[in-house]
Amino acid sequence: MYRYDEFDHDFVQARVAEFSDQVKRRLAGEITEDQFRPLRLMNGVYLQLHAYMLRIAVPYGTLNSRQLRMLAHIARKYDKGYGHFTTRQNLQFHWPALADVPAILADLASVEMHCIQTSGNCIRNVTADHFAGAAADEIADPRPYAEILRQWSSVHPEFSYLPRKFKIAVTGAERDRAAIQAHDIGLHLKKNAAGELGFAVYVGGGLGRTPMVAKRIRDFLPEADLLSYCTAILRVYNLYGRRDNKYKARVKILVHETGVEEIARQIEAEWQQLKDTELKLPEPDIQAINAYFAPPALSARPEGDALVKQARLDSKSFSEWLDQNVVTHRHPDYAAVTISLKGIGEVPGDVTDSQMEAVADIAEKYAFDELRVSHEQNLILPHVARADLKAVYDALVEIGLATANSNLISDIISCPGLDYCSLATARSIPVAQEISRRFASLERQREIGELKLKISGCINACGHHHVGHIGILGVEKKGSELYQVTLGGSADENTSVGEIIGRGFSSDEITDAIEQIVDTYLGLRLNSDERFIDAYRRVGPAPFKEALYAGETKAA
Amino acid sequence: MKVLTANRLSDGIAVWYADGGWAEAVGHADVAHDKAAEDRLEAIGAAAAANNEVLDVNVIDVTIVDGLVEPVRLREKIRAAGPTIHPDLGKQASPQAQRAA
Repeated sequence: MYRYDEFDHDFVQARVAEFSDQVKRRLAGEITEDQFRPLRLMNGVYLQLHAYMLRIAVPYGTLNSRQLRMLAHIARKYDKGYGHFTTRQNLQFHWPALADVPAILADLASVEMHCIQTSGNCIRNVTADHFAGAAADEIADPRPYAEILRQWSSVHPEFSYLPRKFKIAVTGAERDRAAIQAHDIGLHLKKNAAGELGFAVYVGGGLGRTPMVAKRIRDFLPEADLLSYCTAILRVYNLYGRRDNKYKARVKILVHETGVEEIARQIEAEWQQLKDTELKLPEPDIQAINAYFAPPALSARPEGDALVKQARLDSKSFSEWLDQNVVTHRHPDYAAVTISLKGIGEVPGDVTDSQMEAVADIAEKYAFDELRVSHEQNLILPHVARADLKAVYDALVEIGLATANSNLISDIISCPGLDYCSLATARSIPVAQEISRRFASLERQREIGELKLKISGCINACGHHHVGHIGILGVEKKGSELYQVTLGGSADENTSVGEIIGRGFSSDEITDAIEQIVDTYLGLRLNSDERFIDAYRRVGPAPFKEALYAGETKAA
Repeated sequence: MKVLTANRLSDGIAVWYADGGWAEAVGHADVAHDKAAEDRLEAIGAAAAANNEVLDVNVIDVTIVDGLVEPVRLREKIRAAGPTIHPDLGKQASPQAQRAA
């Protein structure tokens, strides 16, 4: 993985010193909250309902065991013994004291981590496919490009005060696991007919109160032009993006209001001024960054096949976990493992300090010291020898992280919601927990098959509900929580925004409604291979509306 | 009926104005029964924010249940108790302290 050079170390240390001084002056009453607020946000410090919240950047979701142990240490020493992984592949602590933040940042800097650009109207943590470098279907590892974007965008003076926040995601495979079309810029790394690397470029995607699917404005951008082209996009946005209305300030609105062809023309015109400048990536620099992401030396471990076969016979639960949470690796003797942070009835994305330490041990012992955070709020061990899968499984069972539900209905994305968040209008975690308990039976979940359920506790859509096969949005209506259901959303290479199915449901009704939707799907699918999303796209909302609301219409 | 609430500057913990200071529990917060009293709370809040004791100052609706102040809105109930998913965290973790405050 990427290692800080001297410049990176100095830069982060300088920022820690600067923010420590700002915190000191704030606590001494030398600066007001109005003055301090933008400074703390630039360093990942929010104020939530119960306390401050600190959001730590995990660049493109890549961590090593030393870093995860440090997060565990911070959770234990400064917080309440747990952390929460987010849909931006970051980690949040929900209880840090402001007075402790300088010490936390110093601890983070010691393991090459920080909180820079995890808030504010700047370019946020660049996300990537969590199976990057491991996936069998990958054209190239997206992380070197995410790292190049990170270096370029870190305190970029021109892009530190954009009209609104700006999110970039990169995938290197046909199968999009990074939700790139739900981003301000989505980059799909691919090869052209000549075998050269480049990107399909999408712009103007986003969720929030006005969900939009990104538009492809370029089929193939040569890799050397990555920064000049992204600069051109950001410049057009910075010039013309709306600053008069926060709710219309994202680039998706500019793309929508300007029109795709016109915005592509403007970007192209800007790019012509930039493409042959110092922003052109020199090949040696690309190679140098690539070298940081060289895959570990994966020695042949052909004994894995026999061991896995025997272990399957010995343990049904291992066999189920293997089927659900283990995916094919580009090396036949290896696999990529999803560590579900979605135990039945647990808080999606939460992990305790001792679990973090145990996972760090597993990564060190069995996974070349590499970990990933997925935007679906799980952890990934990208390189595990198949021969070691049983040992990894046994170690995960011991810490309660062996739930075999990856991509199933209980693998729910959920924002923190009104249990923590000052923007939320309804709780989302208790809804996730109740649905998870209702569908606790793994047999039943497997019968249902792949189903992406996503919950947000307000219209800002941190829980990605718009792109859930089933999406739930919690709102406040007449003083009570009300849950709106959308169906047919998707965040993969066929991204779509779900449609609101009808009137919302109270907290007492929502789990029953979800069950009714699932039962309706089971009743109408062509066969067990037809996923929920495919069945919905085939039949549309009518059968689901009928199942949910027919009684009411008749009664009325 | 209204009370004054905010988050403490040093650690962000939710606090309520009670008896001339900031209490960590809502139960015995000073209650404003009329507009004049509400205005007084607002002024106290503004002064405390200006004095860098607290931030995010708000005057919120409350009722009295068994002699103790309780917020009306769910958001404020959760602020006063802690995350509903973690009865072991927040004010609810030490109910005695909450009542005694």
